[in-house]
Amino acid sequence: MADEAVRRVVSEIPVLKTNAGPRDRELWVQRLKEEYQSLIRYVENNKNADNDWFRLESNKEGTRWFGKCWHIHDLLKYEFDIEFDIPITYPTTAPEIAIPELDGKTAKMYRGGKICLTDHFKPLWARNVPKFGLAHLMALGLGPWLAVEIPDLIQKGVIQHKEKCSQ
Amino acid sequence: MTATYRKRHRGKPAGAAATCLLCGARSTSPGFWAGKAAATCLLTYPWRGQQAWQRGAAAAKTGAGSVGGRGPNHGPVCGAAAAAGRGAGAGTGTGEKSAGRGGRRRRRGPGPHREDEPGGGGLQPLQKIRTFAVAIVGVGGVGSVTAEMLTRCGIGKLLLFDYDKVELANMNRLFFQPHQAGLSKVQAAEYTLRNINPDVLFEVHNYNITTVENFQHFMDRISNGGLEEGKPIDLVLSCVDNFEARMAINTACNELGQTWMESGVSENAVSGHIQLIIPGESACFACAPPLVVAANIDEKTLKREGVCAASLPTTMGVVAGILVQNVLKFLLNFGTVSFYLGYNAMQDFFPTMSMKPNPQCDDRNCRKQQEEYKKKVAALPKQEAVQEEEEIIHEDNEWGIELVSEVSEEELKNSSGPVPDLPEGITVAYTIPKKQEDSVAEVTVEDSGESLEDLMAKMKNM
Repeated sequence: MADEAVRRVVSEIPVLKTNAGPRDRELWVQRLKEEYQSLIRYVENNKNADNDWFRLESNKEGTRWFGKCWHIHDLLKYEFDIEFDIPITYPTTAPEIAIPELDGKTAKMYRGGKICLTDHFKPLWARNVPKFGLAHLMALGLGPWLAVEIPDLIQKGVIQHKEKCSQ
Repeated sequence: MTATYRKRHRGKPAGAAATCLLCGARSTSPGFWAGKAAATCLLTYPWRGQQAWQRGAAAAKTGAGSVGGRGPNHGPVCGAAAAAGRGAGAGTGTGEKSAGRGGRRRRRGPGPHREDEPGGGGLQPLQKIRTFAVAIVGVGGVGSVTAEMLTRCGIGKLLLFDYDKVELANMNRLFFQPHQAGLSKVQAAEYTLRNINPDVLFEVHNYNITTVENFQHFMDRISNGGLEEGKPIDLVLSCVDNFEARMAINTACNELGQTWMESGVSENAVSGHIQLIIPGESACFACAPPLVVAANIDEKTLKREGVCAASLPTTMGVVAGILVQNVLKFLLNFGTVSFYLGYNAMQDFFPTMSMKPNPQCDDRNCRKQQEEYKKKVAALPKQEAVQEEEEIIHEDNEWGIELVSEVSEEELKNSSGPVPDLPEGITVAYTIPKKQEDSVAEVTVEDSGESLEDLMAKMKNM
C-alpha cells in the first residue's frame, strides 16, 4: 500500500469495532450495522470528492453482497457488476470480490471472476482485523485493482464501452 | 440362433450355469458367455481380477483342480474366463464352491495380527487402515494424489470436498486425465479411485465449504460421516490452496475438537509443508501468522518483482507423499509423527518442529480446547526439561563497535508483532503488532441508533 492518496482515503473511512462473523447471530447483526455505517460514510466521502465509484447492497442476512462499480477512462464510464459471499471466517479473512463478466479476460483473476489482489493486501488485512470492514475492502482491494486492470484491458481491446453506461 | 451360437454351444449341457469367479454373480449362460461375463466384470473391477488371478495361482500351487490351472502366465482374464468356462463344461462343481464363499472375499493381510492378541495396542497391522474414515478438503494437485495413495493403501472411507472442475491447465500435475476435463474434480476423482479400489467407500461433495450454507453441512459430515454413519471421521486433511479455506477448516476443527493435518505448496512451487494440528495440544492455524519455509532464492533471478507463480507435479507429489506418510504413522501408530514438516526443494532441506498453542489465540474455541487439554495433562505425571541458553559475548571489542539500527527501537517494536520461536529455515509470512490502546487519528463507527433495515434502506437510496 504505497499510495499516499489511497492511504488518505482509507484513513477517512470509519473503522469497525465488533469482531463477529456470520455465525454469531446477535453480534453479527451489530457488525452488519457497523458495516453499513462505514460503507455509507465512505460513499458520502466519495460523492463529496466527486469520485462516486461503487454501490453495494446485501441480502437480508448480510451474507451475500452484490452491486456495481464504475471506472472512468478517457471520459467514458465503464460499469461492472460485482458480487461476493461473506466467508465463514469473516472478519479474520476478507471476502473475495468477483466481477463475473470479466472472467477469463485477465490473468489477474481467479476462476469465477474473483479478482486477484497483490501480495500486500492479505497481510494488511490480517494486521487490521477486526477494524477493517467491507468499505476498506473496496478501497484497498477493488479500487486499486480497477485502477490498474481496466485501462490495461481497454488498451488491449478486451472490453468495449457499452452504450447504456452514460453519466 | 446364429451359426456362431450353435457352434459355441455344441456339446454343452443345456441349462448348465457358470459363476463369475470375480463377483460371484451366477450366469445361466454357459461356456463362452459366462467367460464374457467374467471378462466384463474384470474390466469394471480390475482389482478383483488381480485377486482372482492370485487365487488361481495359489490354487494351482496346491494342485487344486481346474481353477486357475492354466497358471499365472496367462494373466487374469484368461484365468477367470477359462475357469468359468471349464466350470460350465464340467458341471457346477468348482464354480459352486466359489459362489458359496461369496465374491467379495477379503484377504487377511500380512504381518502380525495384533487383533488376535488381548489388548491390541502398539503397532497396528496395515489392514487396520480399513477401519478409518478420512476427509480430504481440496482435490487438486496435492489432494488428488493423497486420495489415490490412501485408496491404494485400502482406507475404509474417503470424503472428498472440492468445488472446482478439471481443466486442461491442470494437466501439469498428477492424477487427472485430459478426458476428464469439464467434470467436477470430486466426480472425476471418485470414478478413477473406485476403479482402483472398489472396496473403499466414497462420499463426495461438490461445494465451497467457506460459505455459510455449506459450512454447516461440512461440520455435520465431520461429526457424522465416519465409517459407521453417525460416528465422527478420524482425520481431516486440508489440501486447499488458499488461506480462507484453511481458516474455515481450522474454525470447524477447533469447534469439534477434530484432529487434522494441513498441507501446502508455496506459490513458486519450490517448497511445501505439512502440519499436524490437534486442537488444544498443538498450535491451531490461527495461533500464529502463516508459516513460510524460507525460500532462499536469489530475488534477482525472478523476472517479476516479488511474484513467481508456478506449480510442479514434483513438489506436489513430495508433499502428498510426506502427508500420507504422516497420516499412516498417525493412524497406525508407528514411527514419529511430525507436528510440522517443511520441504525446501532448492536445498533439499526438511525442517521439522512443533509449536505450542497461543494462549491468546483469536479463536475462542482454540482457547477452550487448550483449557481442556491442560486439564487432561494435569492428570498425568509431569516431566520437566530445563534448557540453558548461553549469551553470545565477544571477548574483546577493541574499537567499541556497536550495532545501531536505522529505524528507532520504538518504531520497530510498534510496527512488528511477536515472532514465535522457530528453528532454522522457517519464518513467519508477516507479523501482527500488539493491539494498541490509543488509535492514531482513526475514525470509529458510532452507534447512531438506526436499525439495520433503516441503514439498508439508506444505502439503497444513495
